[in-house]
Amino acid sequence: MQQLAEATMAGQDPLLDIQNLTLSLRDEWGWVEVLNNVSLSVKPKEILGVVGESGCGKSMTALSILRLLPPRDSRLGGKIMFGGQNLVSSPESQMNRIRGRHISMIFQEPMSALDPVFTVGYQIEETLRRHFRLDRKEAAERAVEALDSVGIASPRHVATLYPMNLSGGMRQRVMIAMALVCEPRLLIADEPTTALDVTIQAQIMDLLLGLADRTGTAIMFITHNLGLVAQSCHRMVTMYAGQVVESGPVKDVIAGPRHPYTAGLLHSIPDSNRARGTLPSIAGRVPSLRHMPAGCRFGPRCTYSVKPCELSQSIENLGRREVRCNRWEELELRRIEA
Amino acid sequence: MSGSASPVPMALQAEDLHVSFGNARRGSLIRAVDGVSFSVRKGEIFGVIGESGSGKSTLGRCLVGLLTPSGGGVRHGGIDPFRFSRRELNGHRRKYQIVSQDPNAAFDPRMTILQSVCEPLNIAGEGTRAERREKAFEMLDRVALSPEMANRYPHEISGGQKQRANIARALMLDPNVIVCDEVVAALDVSIQADMLNLFARLQEQFGLTYVFISHDLRVVSHISDRVAVMYFGKIVEVGPAHAVMEAPLHPYTEALRSAEPEITPAGADARSRIILQGEIPSAVSPPGGCRFHTRCPRVRDVCRIQEPQQRELLPGRHVACHFAEEMLVEQERKGLSAGRNRVQDMASATQALT
Repeated sequence: MQQLAEATMAGQDPLLDIQNLTLSLRDEWGWVEVLNNVSLSVKPKEILGVVGESGCGKSMTALSILRLLPPRDSRLGGKIMFGGQNLVSSPESQMNRIRGRHISMIFQEPMSALDPVFTVGYQIEETLRRHFRLDRKEAAERAVEALDSVGIASPRHVATLYPMNLSGGMRQRVMIAMALVCEPRLLIADEPTTALDVTIQAQIMDLLLGLADRTGTAIMFITHNLGLVAQSCHRMVTMYAGQVVESGPVKDVIAGPRHPYTAGLLHSIPDSNRARGTLPSIAGRVPSLRHMPAGCRFGPRCTYSVKPCELSQSIENLGRREVRCNRWEELELRRIEA
Repeated sequence: MSGSASPVPMALQAEDLHVSFGNARRGSLIRAVDGVSFSVRKGEIFGVIGESGSGKSTLGRCLVGLLTPSGGGVRHGGIDPFRFSRRELNGHRRKYQIVSQDPNAAFDPRMTILQSVCEPLNIAGEGTRAERREKAFEMLDRVALSPEMANRYPHEISGGQKQRANIARALMLDPNVIVCDEVVAALDVSIQADMLNLFARLQEQFGLTYVFISHDLRVVSHISDRVAVMYFGKIVEVGPAHAVMEAPLHPYTEALRSAEPEITPAGADARSRIILQGEIPSAVSPPGGCRFHTRCPRVRDVCRIQEPQQRELLPGRHVACHFAEEMLVEQERKGLSAGRNRVQDMASATQALT
């Protein structure tokens, strides 16, 4: 399946093309840069994994694409090209036509993303009626179909329930139904299974990938679970401290990470096949936004750091892969065995 | 269980333990822990795996005496802690500590880390003020927190650091047993790895006994000597961690194992996955027969009627499933096709352990 998808995607124009995106946010102490020259692209029907620790800018990238940040306290730079237009400078009315219709999003915590005072059926109808000329009856019918398509047993009944009546797994199914009801071209899934049990996680991932395959929706899948990326994505992007540090086809990156941070993330996960012992961990933590180290931002935590790493590093394009590390050619990073 | 004749001292035992909430007459009785037995040797790390709603946290709280069992009992090194008067119990349970999941909720925002870490000794009334502080600094050092952290407030340090302080506090009373309830669930993978290393190191330094509760199979199997898999208030499988992960003998363990996404370049294609249907059923009206039958991919008629008995299939491996023997044969065949008889391998490893 993967080979096929890669073959059809090769040479295609990207659906979403982010070029040198910068984002600054303002808080009580003034402006601070959150994203620094982020460039990434998603091709039609592609599933792109975005990984990194908390505070690396994964969710901020997602919120920038949909322009869901407070307009007065945020400043976007660079380009976000989608369907021939630059979302960074699109007027709000244009964004409203895109949100939910062409690009939609699923969040980590479905309870806070759903409105507690409306039935789930009504909330799905609302999305439909916003974008299509439908009367309430037609919209209600489509909402029930949408709930049915996400594997909810008695959709007509569930449509009349409130979010509080549903379990976490069911709520996430409702979120998926809502996100895919307009058959968007791009779905941004921000940690969609993190709050769920593993068995429910497996159900939801199976459902999400099946639906995306059927409707031809591309997915930008944000997660810190590298196992899920290995299992479901075509390409992956590693982010660190507001920058992209590595990208490439999932198979290649996992088989041979080129950035020490990606390698560190891969190896810090306990593996039941490996012997028990000390886990390789990444010392320290993500630097705070106001105290970014000069040069390589990962430098202070990197075991391979040398003097020249204190100079600024740019991302290097190696054909299908990219890496932001001056030493990538000399380093011999440990691999994950097949 | 099998350990009754063993000469190794038991740090902790649960004997047909039941913990219930609610009221039977109103029809709202929830049997959160429903007949659980196991024993944990001194210096052992015992893992408990289960989904939310399986009763694993209730079990943990009962093991340290925070909840009173409604049936059966708990033994702390041969002593029944629930026989004690309240006063005696308070003195006794200092040796049985619990560390819980959310480090943010575990600290008083108005106390510095040092004050919080000293608190157990203040309550126990041990030592002078200077001695308590000295011990607190020593424990902070053991969990690799620098002394500057001591005078900070909880909001000034990261989640990982807070969890370290949380562990330091649990160590203040020189416990024999620490129950770790989802201690790494809220942390990033890199921090999680650090924390697991810390737990392993402390175990060696202090000769601690852990009960390590988590929903994360990888975490539990990495750190534990033996694991118990819980479903709906019951233990469905117990055995040496490595053996249970390598060759599960209960369909639920098998499903959990396969739901865990594996990180290999080959990804998903390498393995056929079992996706369980449905969710954990309602706690008020548990299904009859085997409790797993509503979701079990191997379900047959007998499962709906008769509850399976727990039995020892291999030395040290107890399974409660009607078809565990069938699964054992399957695993043996798989082991043979892999070139070596892994099950036999496992059996000898188990014997070495017991």
